[in-house]
Amino acid sequence: MIDLQFDFAILLPPLYQGALMTFALILVSAPFGFLNGIGIALGRTYGNWLVSRLCHGYVLFFKGCPLLLLLFIIYFGLPSLGITFTAFTSAVIGFILCNGAYNSEYIRGGIQSVSSGQMTAALSLGMSRVQAIRSIILPQALRKSLPGLSNEFIYLIKYSSLAYMITVVEITGAGNIIAAKYFAFFEIFILIGIFYLALVTVAGRVIASIEKKIAIPGFGGV
Amino acid sequence: MSILSPAIVESLPYLLSGVFTTLGLVILALGLGLVMGIPMALIQVYGPAPLQYCVRTYIWIFRGLPILVLLFLFYFGIFPLLAPDIAAFWIAAVVLGFRTAAYQSEIFRGAILSISEGQMLAARSLGMSRFYAIRTVILPQALRRALPGWTNEYPILLTDSSVCYAIGVAELLTRGNQIVARIGDPMTVYVIVAILFILLNYGGQWIFGRIENRYKIPGYGHGDA
Amino acid sequence: MVMHKMTDGEIILRVEDIHKCYGETEVLKGVSFDVRRGETKVFIGPSGTGKSTLLRCINQLTIPDSGSIWLNDEEVTHAGPLINHFRQKIGMVFQNFNLFDHLTAIGNVEIALIRVKGMSKADARKKALEELGQVGLLDKANAYPAELSGGQAQRLSIARALAMDPEVILFDEPTSSLDPELTREVLEVMKRLARAGMTMLVVTHEMGFALSVANEILFMEHGKIVEKGSPSEIQTSPTFARTRMFLGTFQDD
Repeated sequence: MIDLQFDFAILLPPLYQGALMTFALILVSAPFGFLNGIGIALGRTYGNWLVSRLCHGYVLFFKGCPLLLLLFIIYFGLPSLGITFTAFTSAVIGFILCNGAYNSEYIRGGIQSVSSGQMTAALSLGMSRVQAIRSIILPQALRKSLPGLSNEFIYLIKYSSLAYMITVVEITGAGNIIAAKYFAFFEIFILIGIFYLALVTVAGRVIASIEKKIAIPGFGGV
Repeated sequence: MSILSPAIVESLPYLLSGVFTTLGLVILALGLGLVMGIPMALIQVYGPAPLQYCVRTYIWIFRGLPILVLLFLFYFGIFPLLAPDIAAFWIAAVVLGFRTAAYQSEIFRGAILSISEGQMLAARSLGMSRFYAIRTVILPQALRRALPGWTNEYPILLTDSSVCYAIGVAELLTRGNQIVARIGDPMTVYVIVAILFILLNYGGQWIFGRIENRYKIPGYGHGDA
Repeated sequence: MVMHKMTDGEIILRVEDIHKCYGETEVLKGVSFDVRRGETKVFIGPSGTGKSTLLRCINQLTIPDSGSIWLNDEEVTHAGPLINHFRQKIGMVFQNFNLFDHLTAIGNVEIALIRVKGMSKADARKKALEELGQVGLLDKANAYPAELSGGQAQRLSIARALAMDPEVILFDEPTSSLDPELTREVLEVMKRLARAGMTMLVVTHEMGFALSVANEILFMEHGKIVEKGSPSEIQTSPTFARTRMFLGTFQDD
């Protein structure tokens, strides 16, 4: 049974450091994961046969391979080929690759749901295909894929905990280390759990309010 | 990196038997999720308010927490207090099952809500009780409708099961790491593990696709004859 | 009897022997005509006779199999990447509007001015407001397409085309998805444009519009121009029996 007296003051600094690391992982990975998703989706939709196939293969691989295994490949496997990244960089690369694959599926769906008349109209005004994709198709596709992208962002928050498995001491890792030290797993993981629930819930609220703010009449998906 | 070295070939049987552990985790979790998810969905749609609130809180927690945190919490925090002797495999199956139950109940809830109200009215007009109507009219339709969403839990569980490495369950990834520790050559071993996961993933999805097709009812969705 | 505007302007658009097949079906079987500046040509005929395809060939949204298109003695066909330059000069209005759903009314008019013509935002805004005024939509400048009636949406898409200062505008059944009430407000705008000297090619089933506004009516059937003439010729001359029969089926409605 647990009979430890808890001095939270001792726990807070390492947990705080861990939380900062979690934020760093998420905030660095999310924007690149987003851009990666756009790139893969565009490659799959508008690329030539080869590019489109490659992008499809990319999605199949990174959705089929567990993220944790991917992190191991990058952090423990690549050095055997002479490619070495720090643990933090490895984690971020893994998150970007994986997050991008999932994001691209939503964005591709968004692109396909934009009616073909939009492209026709853009071309008829003298826009090039690239201009049309950039200023007409993508803004609409991204709006339509926003719910899915938000979901993936929430997943990213949760899966950032896997970085601990390759020695990045983010909040889960920090918790695990002090829990082992003070043998207080239950209390500390409840604390960590509250942290994630708060983070995920707040992120969900913020995303919902952003979605509301940029909502446009006629975009039912948003 | 080399073409498969003798050391790796020797380790393959050990690695491959990890497939059974991994699939065992996934199948147990899918089953547990199903057994818990359906009643939870029914409570959410038809249950009394306090129970609904409990189920929603459960879903909020199990969807909000990272799988790694759940595994640590149950493995280090909860199970030592409740049942100290239980094997990590069973703890992992329970955690994965509890988690997918939260997602599955949302899938079933959506499916139940998509069944038109007329179905319930028609059943009641035949003299069925509410409970009997749910069991014989609503659920059979809802479950069919939920099938695509439900089978989608398979690839999620499969990839998540690799996180059970963190509590020492001897599934595929854990065995891969053990082999790496023994003989080195991480890249080759990880690539083999990745190939196994990808085969299990898309192979499983293909099988589920066949099942979905088999249970498809022609013209379904415009009312059941 | 309505007065028709004079059309002795120089020839700005030449369409020469356009052919187009979709698989086995030959949709256009050699279509040729010239368009003079300030002229309104109306294409009529049964559905599926290639009228819309013809319009789309003119700005190369559909690439014809053979034949050529000339705008001011520059070849539009085989223009390669230069086609974007020609499309700026050939406006198009679509049956189902194809407004950019993520942009406000004024945004729809501005976007090509900014992205294609490279105008400053301020200039584009000024120009866009002018064009919205032209079609009577100033009060809807900040509305999104989903908030507009069909008639307003089509007037907006006319403003979008006008803003590029095109030499000619192609109207592809502009009122076919509108009910009669809304059709009238769109036709009003088109009539005003025609009188103001805009060069227009119009595919439509609105016979009243054709007879009152067109300088020339071209009757198309089975991928060919079968008969063509001014509205008064068509109504009186005995050689236009086929066209009159077609017109009759519509006027009886």
